[in-house]
Amino acid sequence: MRPSTDIASARAGPTPGRFAHIGDRAWGWGLTILGGTILVVAGLILLELGRVAAPAFDHIRIFRFLTSSDWDPVQEKFGALPFIYGTLVTSIVAILVALPVSVGLALFLSEMGPRRLRPPVAYAIEVLAAIPSVIFGLWGLFVMVPWLREFLQPALQRTLGFLPFFRGPMIGLGYLAAGLILALMILPTIASVTIEVLKTVPPALKEGALALGATRWEAIRIAVLPYARPGILGATLLGLGRALGETMAVTMVIGNSPEISASLFAPGYSLPAVIANEFAEATGDVHIGALASLGLVLFGITLVLNAVAQVLIMTVARGPRGAKA
Amino acid sequence: MNPLRWRRFVNVFWTVASGTGVLVALIPLASLLWLVVSHGAKGLSASFFVSLPTPVGEPGGGVGNAIVGTFFMVGLASLMALPVGVGAGVYLAEKGDGPAGRAIRFTAEVLAGVPSIVIGIVAYGLIVTQMRRFSALAGGVALALIMVPSLARSTEEFIRLVPTALREASLALGVPGWKTSLRVIIPTALGGIVTAVLLAVARAAGETAPLLFTALNNQYWNLDPTQPTASLTVQIYNYAISPYEDWHSKAWTAALVLLLLVGLLNLMARLLSRNRMAGAR
Amino acid sequence: MISSLETATPMTPFEERPHESGHRTAAAPRVATPKLTVRGLSAWYGKNRALHDVNLTVAPRSVMAAIGPSGCGKSTFLRCLNRMHELIPGARAEGTLLLDGKDLLGRDVDPVTLRRRVGMVFQRPNPFPTMSVRDNVAAGLRLNRVGGDHDEIVERTLRQAALWDEVKDRLGASALSLSGGQQQRLCIARALAVEPEVLLMDEPASALDPIATAKIEDLIHELKERYTIVIVTHNMQQAGRVSDHTAFFYMGDLVEVGPTEKIFTNPSEKRTEDYVTGKFG
Repeated sequence: MRPSTDIASARAGPTPGRFAHIGDRAWGWGLTILGGTILVVAGLILLELGRVAAPAFDHIRIFRFLTSSDWDPVQEKFGALPFIYGTLVTSIVAILVALPVSVGLALFLSEMGPRRLRPPVAYAIEVLAAIPSVIFGLWGLFVMVPWLREFLQPALQRTLGFLPFFRGPMIGLGYLAAGLILALMILPTIASVTIEVLKTVPPALKEGALALGATRWEAIRIAVLPYARPGILGATLLGLGRALGETMAVTMVIGNSPEISASLFAPGYSLPAVIANEFAEATGDVHIGALASLGLVLFGITLVLNAVAQVLIMTVARGPRGAKA
Repeated sequence: MNPLRWRRFVNVFWTVASGTGVLVALIPLASLLWLVVSHGAKGLSASFFVSLPTPVGEPGGGVGNAIVGTFFMVGLASLMALPVGVGAGVYLAEKGDGPAGRAIRFTAEVLAGVPSIVIGIVAYGLIVTQMRRFSALAGGVALALIMVPSLARSTEEFIRLVPTALREASLALGVPGWKTSLRVIIPTALGGIVTAVLLAVARAAGETAPLLFTALNNQYWNLDPTQPTASLTVQIYNYAISPYEDWHSKAWTAALVLLLLVGLLNLMARLLSRNRMAGAR
Repeated sequence: MISSLETATPMTPFEERPHESGHRTAAAPRVATPKLTVRGLSAWYGKNRALHDVNLTVAPRSVMAAIGPSGCGKSTFLRCLNRMHELIPGARAEGTLLLDGKDLLGRDVDPVTLRRRVGMVFQRPNPFPTMSVRDNVAAGLRLNRVGGDHDEIVERTLRQAALWDEVKDRLGASALSLSGGQQQRLCIARALAVEPEVLLMDEPASALDPIATAKIEDLIHELKERYTIVIVTHNMQQAGRVSDHTAFFYMGDLVEVGPTEKIFTNPSEKRTEDYVTGKFG
């Protein structure tokens, strides 16, 4: 709730004029400068990225950059398709797994779960959110990958092996491993935003459905979820943004192989992973520039995603459109 | 099956399904925590905390320099990020209701979502290219850039939580606006701000990607900001992807140390906010 | 009140008569057995007892108004009638509640099916915002897997709710495009579509302007022909206008219940008299 306008103007100090206190003016200016630094930081990020990437611009044609699979820095050939492909595939796998689980988690914590179980589960999700990504990578590499290799991948191939996604040699590392570990990491993001969104749904809607003789799930299905849908979409986009930019856990389990393959069992690469692996020992400004250009692509995509997600979440908080008095 | 029985079944089904979702999230978490503790505890000893890394095959060794490095760089980052982040947060809370404030808030929110590896490239450009070497300073700058947006937003939230009645009371006593903010509002919100800082620090301590090509790594002790520096996270990464078994176990132990550090910071943040809630009554 | 006896047509208890906007007097109940019987109903929110031992009966096809000051338990009472009370964590109800002789509070009664027979309209209109007018009315039908021509049922209930003429050209429009009063009549139509026997109304006009309120009150008179209605209202004049019987609640007790005319002109209890004459409330 925004405070009344009186207090809002008092916050900024009394209106400048004959009685303006010098302290208020200085305070106001000081704060404005500090607030402006956010914009400066944003501009700085954009400019620096561009500057580091610039040496590569002469050597890259955008079309070739985005569609060629030939990444050979020594020969100054920069085709980023395998990385883009890998980033997209792992993120899609992550969303496909994380979305239902997160919504289930959110529903459990706000509607359907036994009340006594809610605080410990909520706490566990907070713990999940706080774990550094390199530790996820460690666990993924030494625990999840062998499990995939010995158990899940053979099971998937037995049952769904007719699909191109589940064919080929099963080494554990690869798109599937990266997608699954990403799903685990973005669960808290999607779940917590979804819970906030569910809280903004007016309880009268659920009551209305229950009064018609709906079961608890039906009331959620017809009254709560449709209302919350844009917000859940926003939460998903936030999760997607996080998945796209995730580096360490992915690079530790994806296999780091710049090949494109339809099979999820195959090793691959991703945009953040290649930057992480090659940047420190990059050969020359052009190579660095190319890697920074990959960073620009990543920056642009996550920027758009986060902006759209913010708008969607605010839409739900503001209430349904077209409501008349 | 009559429709009512079917509907009741569907109700139970989805309740169980949402519970399954919980299990899918919690089982890996439990596995991860358990294994970090059980694998990591094997190598945990006092010397692990204070020794330098040893070459492969040699017994002993530790991550002492990495722990120091993490503290060092996070400390540098905090020095840079706190004034800017908290300051911007105060701006947003005090003067952030207009179009400029909205633009800044939106920018901060969007910046918070920038992948940390991209931030690393920015820090590389800002510091590493100018100094022509990898350095702890570059690492600190990268971490600072990561901390600022979330600090700003959290600080704003906590300051807005202070009841306006408090501000009104101070103004009614004839205290000027700026003093009210500085001496009344911010100290009241201080507990929350410290919580936000602790959480931002915990996050920075767990970052790896931006450090890979800013601070690089270092096998020795280092407190010189102009030199490359080790960090817990990078060390864990290097140990994990190496082909050596005993380095793998060192990775688990270092991971345990990192988890303890991050866990401690989060715990402090949680206790602090709980005390604030209790004390406010 | 216009007595229906003044029209020329002779009336019999089961004949359908063309309806003018007349009111039926309280002295002409059609059938003797009560529709709802409440015996010893008590309700708690956790440890707080909200209702003490309520006993009353509601005649079929009549309107019972529940009046009383804020917090007297009348809304709690209403919510016990369709077992929405027990949905609040920590809330419970005990006693006997008979609908046509069958105990609603029994263990073998499924609240979900109960709510089809006992419908509810809430204080603020709560149409499903993502659905059209038509889908809102049909929502209960879809949920309960009712077959038949939904469009025909939608038209029928919208006519019953005196809303058909106003929305017949925009059945596909969003429910939110209607005014507040129209939305409330929409919610009434939605409740009627599943053909309940009893309709509970929790201060249905309190959020509406006087013109919309008058329309709702006229509607109640019409609905009384087919449904048994229990309405909670804090507006005594409204209770006097629409109801046949009135129950006065005070601090969780049912102080007095009886024909509306008697309660308002010649109550037996002093507390009732004090309330209806405005000495407190």
